[in-house]
Amino acid sequence: MDFSTDQDHESVRSSVRGFLTRSGTEADVRRIMESEPGHDPDGWAALGKRLGVTAIGVPEELGGAGFGFAELAIVLEELGTALYPSPLFGSRVLAAEALMRSGDERVADEVAALADGETIGCLALSEHSGAWRPDRVSVKATPAGDGYSLEGRASFVVDGAAADLVVVVADLAGEPSLFLVPPDAEGLEREPLQTVDLTRRQARLTFDGCPARLVGTPGTAPRVVASVLDLAAIALAAEQVGGAQRCLDLAVDHAKTRVQFGRPIGSFQAVKHKCADVLLELDAARTAVRTAAWSVDNAPDEVPVLASLVKAHCSEMYELAARECIQIHGGMGFTWEYAAQLYFKRAHSSALMFGTPDHHREALADRLKLGA
Amino acid sequence: MTTQTRGDSFRDEVREFLREHLPAGWQGSGGLDPGAYPGFREHWRALLVEHRLIAPAWPREYGGGGHTAVESAIVAEEFARVGVPRGGANDPFGIQMIGNTLLALGTEEQRRRFLPGILDGTYVFCQGFSEPGHGSDLSNITTRARREGGEWVIDGQKIWTSNALTANWIFVLCRTGDQDTSRYQGLTLLLVPLDQPGVERRPIRMINGGDEFCETFFTGARTGAGLEVGGVGGGWQAATRLLTFERGETTATLPVRFRAELDRLRTLIELRGAFADPLVRRDFAWCWSRVELMRLNGQRNLARWAQGESIGAESSLEKLWWSELHGKITGLACRVLGAEATTYSGQDPVSYFLCDEPGAPADSVSSWVKVHLSTLGETIAAGTSEIQRNIVAERLLGLPR
Repeated sequence: MDFSTDQDHESVRSSVRGFLTRSGTEADVRRIMESEPGHDPDGWAALGKRLGVTAIGVPEELGGAGFGFAELAIVLEELGTALYPSPLFGSRVLAAEALMRSGDERVADEVAALADGETIGCLALSEHSGAWRPDRVSVKATPAGDGYSLEGRASFVVDGAAADLVVVVADLAGEPSLFLVPPDAEGLEREPLQTVDLTRRQARLTFDGCPARLVGTPGTAPRVVASVLDLAAIALAAEQVGGAQRCLDLAVDHAKTRVQFGRPIGSFQAVKHKCADVLLELDAARTAVRTAAWSVDNAPDEVPVLASLVKAHCSEMYELAARECIQIHGGMGFTWEYAAQLYFKRAHSSALMFGTPDHHREALADRLKLGA
Repeated sequence: MTTQTRGDSFRDEVREFLREHLPAGWQGSGGLDPGAYPGFREHWRALLVEHRLIAPAWPREYGGGGHTAVESAIVAEEFARVGVPRGGANDPFGIQMIGNTLLALGTEEQRRRFLPGILDGTYVFCQGFSEPGHGSDLSNITTRARREGGEWVIDGQKIWTSNALTANWIFVLCRTGDQDTSRYQGLTLLLVPLDQPGVERRPIRMINGGDEFCETFFTGARTGAGLEVGGVGGGWQAATRLLTFERGETTATLPVRFRAELDRLRTLIELRGAFADPLVRRDFAWCWSRVELMRLNGQRNLARWAQGESIGAESSLEKLWWSELHGKITGLACRVLGAEATTYSGQDPVSYFLCDEPGAPADSVSSWVKVHLSTLGETIAAGTSEIQRNIVAERLLGLPR
C-alpha cells in the first residue's frame, strides 16, 4: 500500500473533525448518551445527510458516495476519538454491509436508505451466550405465506432499539440464513439493555411470529457474516485507535501540568514510561489499522488475517491507554465527572464485542493454518 | 511502499547480483557450518567491495556505489531476504557508524585517508563509547585525552567494545575539556590505532558463552593531532550523529530476519506437534502479530524516510518494539523444547544477536538457547529500554526532563 499522505483521507478527517468540534464536545456526548434514543437525531442527520459519511464506501449505483472502507475507517476513528454516540457502526458497517454482501439485488432500496442515513439499521446475530457465530443463532425461521416467520431471541444487538430496519441471522431448516424485518413488524419486541458503555446502545430483540423477508438464498449467512465480522473488527479497531489517542493526549497534558513534590509528574520516569508504552502500542496500531482498512478495497485476500490481528492488538492497546490515563490522573481519573471513565468503558466494551483478543488470536492461528 | 516503486529496477539489479554470485543451493548463512561462516564472510565481503555494494550510498570517489539512501536500504533488505551478510563483522562500526560520520562531519583529509581504507580492509574499526562507570549516562565519561606536542595522549578505560579483537582502530569518545564546567562541550571523538603498547584489550565472557565484547584499557595511548572527528570539543555532537546511523537500516532488515526466525519457530513447533496446545497456538499468533506490526510500521517509516523526513526519536520506538519482543519469541521456542532447552545440543548459532541467520536448522537447541540468552543484552545495548522510553516520552510526547 501507499503510505504517503492521502488528500482524500485528510479532507474526510477534517470535515468530521469540524462537525465534532461544533457538536461532539464532551458536554454533547454526555447529553446524548443520557438521552432516550442514545444518539442525537440532528447530529445523525448532519453526519449522514449533510456530510454523507453513511454513503462512504457504498457503490454509487446503490446511492453511495464513492470512497472506500479506508475513508470510512477514518470517520470511525474520529468518532471514536470523541466517543460520539451514533449508529454509524451498527447501521453502516453491520446492517448495510450484510445487505450489500448478500448479493441480493432486491434489497437495493434498503441499502440506498441506509446509505442516505434516512434509515437506521442493525444486525441481530448474537444469542445470549454472546457468540458472534451464524451457526449458533437461536432464532428459527419457518416459511409462512409468501415469506417467513421468525421465532427466538437475539442479544447484544448494537443500536437494536433505535434501528428502523433489522437484519436477522436465523436458522432455516438447519441453514443459517439472512432475513430482513421491516420497521413496523408485528411480533418484534425490543428491550434496551443496560450497557456499561453508555455511548453505544444495545438491545435484546425477541421475535414471536415476526414476519420476515429472506435475503439472498438459504444458507448465505455464514459467508456474509464472516466478511461482515472482519469489517466489524477493523471498524472497531479504527475507533480504538482514535479513543486511545485521546486517552494518551489527556494523560500527557495532565502529566505536564500536574505538580507534586515541586515537579510536574510527567518528569517522573514511572509516569513517562507509562506514556511511552502507550505510544509504542498505539503507533503500531495506527499503521496496521490503516493497512487493514485499505486492504478491504484493495487486497481482500489479506483481510481475514489483518482483521483478527488489528482487533486483538487494538483492543488490548486501547484498554492499556484508558487504564493508564486513569492511573496518571489519580483520583480525578476515577470520577464520573472526568472523561476517562467514558473512554475506559468504551475500551472495555469494544474489546469484548465481536470477539475478544483471545478469540481473535485463535482465529489468526486458524487463518495462518498453524498445525494444519 | 515507496521503496518498492522507486527502487524497482535497482532492486532487480541487486537480485540479479545475488543470483549470479550466491553458491548453488544457497539456504542462507544459517545453513553453513558455523566454522565455515567466517571464511565465507571474508570471501563475500571482497566480492561486495569489488562490485561497490559494500557501502552503496557512499560517493564513488571513496569506493562507494554512489546510490541513494533508499537504494542502500534496498540492498540491506534484499541481502537480509536471502540471509547473506552485508559485509564483515566490523563493518557496522567502520562503515555505518564512523564512516558515515566522517562523510557528514569529517575533514577532507580524514575522508581521503580513512574512507577507502575502511572499505578495502586497511582500517577495521570498533567503538569506544561506554565506560565501566558510564553506560547510559554517556555525557559523564572520564577517559581523558590531552595534547602533548603533535599528539593526543589518552588515559582511561572503555567497556563493551564489540569485535575489538578483530579491529585495528577504535573511535573513542574522550574528555578533552573541563568536566565541571562543560559536560557536553568538553568531549572529543578521536580515531586511535589499537596496535600500540598503550592499548590493551581483554575479552569479557558473556551470558551466552561468547566473547565478542572487550574491555579496552588506554594507558598513555597515542594518536595523531588532526584525528578528532567533528573538531576538538565537538565530540558530543559527533557521537549523537553517529548513533543515528546505527539504527536506520535495521528498519528494512529486522522484519525480514524476525520473519525468518518465526518461520523456523513454526517449523519447530510443527516438528514437536505442539500446535495441539492452544496456549502455544495463541502465543505464536501473538508473536506473529508483533512481527507483522513491526513490518508494517517499518514500511511506513521507510516511506517517510524516502520522502525526506528524518527518523529521529521514532527509532527509539522501533528499538523498544523489537528488543522487548525478541525474548518472547525465543522464550516460546524454549517452552516448546521443554527439558531439551536445559542442555546444549545441535548446531550453535551463526549469529547470536538480532536472530540467528536465516537458514539455521529449526530444531537446533543450541541455536535457540544461545540466541535466547543473547536477547537479554538486546534490551540493554545501544540504549537500554528505560533510556528509549525516556527519549520517546521527552522527544515525541514533550514530557519534561
